[in-house]
Amino acid sequence: MATSTTSPQLNRGGQADPGRTPRRVGFSQTLGRWDVKLSPYLYVSPFFILFALTGLFPLLYTAFVSVHDWNLIGGKGDFVGFENYAYVLQQPNFWKGIRNTFSIFFISTIPQLIIAIILAALLDANLRAKTFWRMGVLLPYVVAPVAVSLIFGKLFADQSGIINTLLGKIGIDPIGWHAQVLPSHIAIATMVDFRWTGYNTLILLAAMQAIPRDLYEAAVLDGASRVRQFFSVTVPMLRPTIIFVVITSTIGGLQIFDEPRLFDQTGQGGPSRQWMTATMYIYEVGWGNQKSFGRASAVAWILFLIIVVVGIINFSLTRRISSDESSKSRKKVRR
Amino acid sequence: MRKTTSKMWAAAAGVTGIALLATACSSGSGDSSDDATDGGSKNITLTVATFNEFGYTEDMFKQYEESHPGITVKEKKAATSNEARENLNTRLAAGSGLSDIEAVDTDWMPELMQYPDKFVDLTDPALEGRWLKFKTDAVTTDDGKLLGYGTDFGPEGIAYRGDLLEKAGLPKDRDAVAALIKGKDNSWDDYFAAGKQYQAGGGGAWFDSAGAIWQGMIYQEEAPYEDAKTNEIIAADNPRVKEIYDAVVKASVTDNLSAHLSQWSDDWTASFQNNGFATMLAPGWMLGVIEGNSAGVTGWDLADVYPGGAGNWGGSFLTVPAQGAHPEEAKELAAWLTAPEQQVQAFLNKGTVPSQVDGLKDPKFTGAVNAFFNNAPTGEILANRGQGIISTHKGPNFFAINDAMQSALTEVDVNKGNPDEQWNTFITAVNALG
Repeated sequence: MATSTTSPQLNRGGQADPGRTPRRVGFSQTLGRWDVKLSPYLYVSPFFILFALTGLFPLLYTAFVSVHDWNLIGGKGDFVGFENYAYVLQQPNFWKGIRNTFSIFFISTIPQLIIAIILAALLDANLRAKTFWRMGVLLPYVVAPVAVSLIFGKLFADQSGIINTLLGKIGIDPIGWHAQVLPSHIAIATMVDFRWTGYNTLILLAAMQAIPRDLYEAAVLDGASRVRQFFSVTVPMLRPTIIFVVITSTIGGLQIFDEPRLFDQTGQGGPSRQWMTATMYIYEVGWGNQKSFGRASAVAWILFLIIVVVGIINFSLTRRISSDESSKSRKKVRR
Repeated sequence: MRKTTSKMWAAAAGVTGIALLATACSSGSGDSSDDATDGGSKNITLTVATFNEFGYTEDMFKQYEESHPGITVKEKKAATSNEARENLNTRLAAGSGLSDIEAVDTDWMPELMQYPDKFVDLTDPALEGRWLKFKTDAVTTDDGKLLGYGTDFGPEGIAYRGDLLEKAGLPKDRDAVAALIKGKDNSWDDYFAAGKQYQAGGGGAWFDSAGAIWQGMIYQEEAPYEDAKTNEIIAADNPRVKEIYDAVVKASVTDNLSAHLSQWSDDWTASFQNNGFATMLAPGWMLGVIEGNSAGVTGWDLADVYPGGAGNWGGSFLTVPAQGAHPEEAKELAAWLTAPEQQVQAFLNKGTVPSQVDGLKDPKFTGAVNAFFNNAPTGEILANRGQGIISTHKGPNFFAINDAMQSALTEVDVNKGNPDEQWNTFITAVNALG
């Protein structure tokens, strides 16, 4: 039956040519069309399904929690709108957390990048036992952050620590690593750098090795010194990689938790919250005395927005730098 | 056509596979303790979650299993009290995944007392009077429910370095030191006066930390921070809080009796090795800590005295979460584990002082001697020091307030902050809670 009757469904398409009998579309063909249209999406779907489950859903659920009165044990309470946000923004500890986060981030990231580039340049030179040195740089990254914190905690102890002892030998008064704001940030930044410098060095090293060697040859022919080569060839060619490293360390830096939490035994970030970061504040609000998931979620969302803003700044910088590059290369071509 | 369908199937299988994987991650984490109950005959596994060292052994569990056929007991140990607290809070919130018996520290019991419905009421007329009164008071709700059975507690004596005291021209003998610290009326002032005498004789710091002294003094108040009935925050207006603050600051900073350390910090641990201080407040479990930190140091001793009478620091309870599958059996096991005989055995294993009235009288406990502390009869001393402990009222904000105070004292004592400024910071923090 189905073969001869004109399907009303086909006519609905409007363009039905009355002179022609409509051709029956085989199922295999339909499948083929789906294959072409859907397959690419299916192939990339695992990432997005996982992201939706582990990234997007928690993100949205956190937003849902943040507008409720929500206790860790008691569970969901009343809808309170933006009260949690208002409360959190009025807390001096929240602002201390933001201040400390950015301060530790800057103190750790800038020296880290400079050291990583220099180290990478050294490793890029002709060395004996190359692999040994390259692996050696990565070694601190393998050490668990908890162990790093324990060791550095002992090094930076205010009275009995080796660093204050050494400073005393050269006539500097002991520094209150656990008492003052800036010294505590420097101490934590060294922990972060100890762990991450080697990792970034290897990324930069890989990028350095991808720089075409003829550029250096040309530079040498032009009489450029080693230093000049480094600043005029290596660093500009590393730009995209540097941007990548900056972005990843921004995200990591703004979420810093382990090192400051383990910097002393109470894990609150100091008696006056000298080194309490934003993520530690989330933990304190959600799992500390208040047990308020609502407020903790509000802080988490504010932190998310801050990271987005910083990300946008990063992105615009990236675009400007890349457009600089392309305009330069265009110029070169024109010449 | 065949090719296409097989591709489709593969894709479909892939997608479902991923979905299954993803869902598998979310479930199955918090499996509880049931074993199959086959056809009426009881065959139950009970889990007991503890932390640090409770002193329970496989032999004790075996003994219980033999007298209770069909029951298997398993202990789950968390490394630290914080880890156990996080696990308990999270799974209490989730409504599943907890052990049949959960050990709870005195310090975080008050926060759980706000959710009596989450725990089984353990009231049992047969067990009335088993524990010291302050111990049961801490786990009894306003309407008379008993949420936990006491395990150990932390009666405090004064641990001291006999050799350092001798050098400063003071007696080193246990009873003489007790008499010295006791002074006229066994007050904190007498304890501080003994410290001044020690320093006059050329001694260094008298005690380790202002925070520790605060802890000792505030736990002798009945309701320091919150009203005992309404839980209204009174810390800022309670004259006793300010008095104690001033007394601690005067002793630690003005009179410089403190070693200016914060307890548990690396500096504090290191100071045991370089004669950092002469005395410290020492509950039973602290003796092990002192011994561990003082490897190679001799001269520690324990005096049978405590300023202001008595004080408790630490101790735990066993609770039965309501979400468990076998509340009755769990309750029975908890009662058995906290019976005086078992607790005395636990003391012999790991030094946890029994909070049971009969346990404190047990000759096996009172006869205990600690070789490291110059053969001090620690059992007898701690039993004496366990008399007259009062229960401090701890409402929902107790620890937030205490934390704020400890932070202020650390700033003043360790970081040389201004006492008045830090008092104001404390008041601001307390007012923010209200």
